[in-house]
Amino acid sequence: MSQPETEAAANAIVRRRSGGATFWSDRLFRVAVLACASVLVLLLLFFAYELWQSSTLSIRTFGWRFWVSREWDPVRERFGALPFIWGTLVTSIAALVIAVPLSLGTAIFIAEVAPRWLRQPVSFVVELLAAIPSVVYGLWGVFVLVPLLREHVQVPLVQRWGHIPLFEGPAVGVSMMAAILVLAVMIIPYITAVSREVILAVPQEQREASYGLGATQWETIRRVVLRYARVGILGAIILGYGRAVGETMAVTMVIGNRPDISLSLLQPGYTMASVIANEFTEATSPLYLSSLTEIGLLLFVITLLVNALARLLVWRVSRGEVHY
Amino acid sequence: MRVSAIHELWRRWINAISLALTGVCAVIVMAPVFIILAYLLVNGIRSLNLEFLTSLPKAPGEAGGGMANAIVGSFYMVGLALLLSLPVGVGAGVYLAEFGRTRYAQLVRFMADVLNGVPSIVIGVSVWALLVVPMRSFSALAGGVALSFIMIPMIARTTEEMVRAVPHAMREASLGLGATYARTMWSVVLLAARGGIVTGVMLALARAFGEAAPLLFTALGNRFWNFYLDRPMANLPTQIYEYAKSPYTNWHRQAWAAALILILVVLVLNVIARVSTRERYHALR
Repeated sequence: MSQPETEAAANAIVRRRSGGATFWSDRLFRVAVLACASVLVLLLLFFAYELWQSSTLSIRTFGWRFWVSREWDPVRERFGALPFIWGTLVTSIAALVIAVPLSLGTAIFIAEVAPRWLRQPVSFVVELLAAIPSVVYGLWGVFVLVPLLREHVQVPLVQRWGHIPLFEGPAVGVSMMAAILVLAVMIIPYITAVSREVILAVPQEQREASYGLGATQWETIRRVVLRYARVGILGAIILGYGRAVGETMAVTMVIGNRPDISLSLLQPGYTMASVIANEFTEATSPLYLSSLTEIGLLLFVITLLVNALARLLVWRVSRGEVHY
Repeated sequence: MRVSAIHELWRRWINAISLALTGVCAVIVMAPVFIILAYLLVNGIRSLNLEFLTSLPKAPGEAGGGMANAIVGSFYMVGLALLLSLPVGVGAGVYLAEFGRTRYAQLVRFMADVLNGVPSIVIGVSVWALLVVPMRSFSALAGGVALSFIMIPMIARTTEEMVRAVPHAMREASLGLGATYARTMWSVVLLAARGGIVTGVMLALARAFGEAAPLLFTALGNRFWNFYLDRPMANLPTQIYEYAKSPYTNWHRQAWAAALILILVVLVLNVIARVSTRERYHALR
């Protein structure tokens, strides 16, 4: 296809038209869309500024201690974010451990294995997973998943392996475990969709060469397709991680909201996003509010870095398709 | 010879098993969709009735009552968000598609993608500081603005792809007939891309409609009717959250009904999104 040449030619026409300063409407149009685009940059700066502004009180009061203290005592106005960082880390990483193999398997199935007529429907159903609102996951978690976990998973676990710190009991139901499972389900569609795109972007010649050498389909997928797509897949995983870190409603509803640091997956926990959701409207003192905002600031910075990294990796692979 | 024959058999086995396993993964991944939808349908329909759709919430623990104000409130704020985000999002998308080769455009594109990953609760906190604190009140306006911030980057990115998918021959024809560039964009390119843009907008609307986190401390919620922009406003997602946390069975039942309505709206928006993209393919290919 000679798409690039056509595009270049058209752009030249456009440039002559709009850059030639002949029509005020062209210039106005250009300025207007430029202004709209700049809103995106301003939005990001605005988020950073507001969060920083609102958390200065807490930053000045606690300094670095805020990030290493495990004390969360609104009555005595002592605030430390460690329990929330712990909860966020544990739930998001454990959710990845569950979600990554399932997502990759599904992406491979859609892109390589499934018969052609099945690909669209499977993609559609997986995308529906992303369309279900977080609060609906939470509702389902509270009334279906949590009781199920408590009765049929956690009680037997405590009885058999209660001596291992990971499964130390009592079985409460609302727990890190429930949050991890819900999170895993929620990030699967994102990892699957991006991985599928990246796998589809692998040139057909690569596969043909592999088949030509006598490799089976699986060998081709594993040694050629996945190897070729690995940077993009890493990007997809990091993208999923960013989602898991920031996910709020569903986690808040099933994690139990207790600011403790415990190794046990059966115990209630807390995450950075859920403490904001849960306590922001109850926070009465300026310092309390400021501390919650500072947690929001950290959440913002983490997701910013994680997303930037993921985007760079995914772009590197799928460049030439839609991105320059 | 025999060794290589066994090896061959082994490779075929591994191939078959691994490929089957990817299918198993797909089945496991798809299962939650059907399970959750089934629960919503069964529990939601059981609790859905005319009273739920037409009346205000009753006092805690009292039987009956509904979420009419939350249903209207959700549409109200999402509509407000659409009004704010549609022009900006489409404009930004057109900029990226048309002038997308500059360094600044690269930055904007990157910002849009990064913004898509900013947790909605963080957006809620920022808008709280922007609007709720100075206005001294939770408000429908703050809720709408928070939702629009979620929608803008989504609309921008889909618009970009759709405008870019419009064949250049169409522009050349229009320019060749003497139309100005702005006129060409407005009457030819955007018109040709409208199906795709609608897709992006519907998906953004679906996302905004289900978001509870940014509304928790911007719109807050309201037990009564409100149509003023500067007062707290009820909405479905935060109402579901409140009701699910409550100890009352009646409220639990209503939370299921509300979730059913929420998911129906989201599904309808998704279907519209699919249908309008299909039209685009008919028009262009």
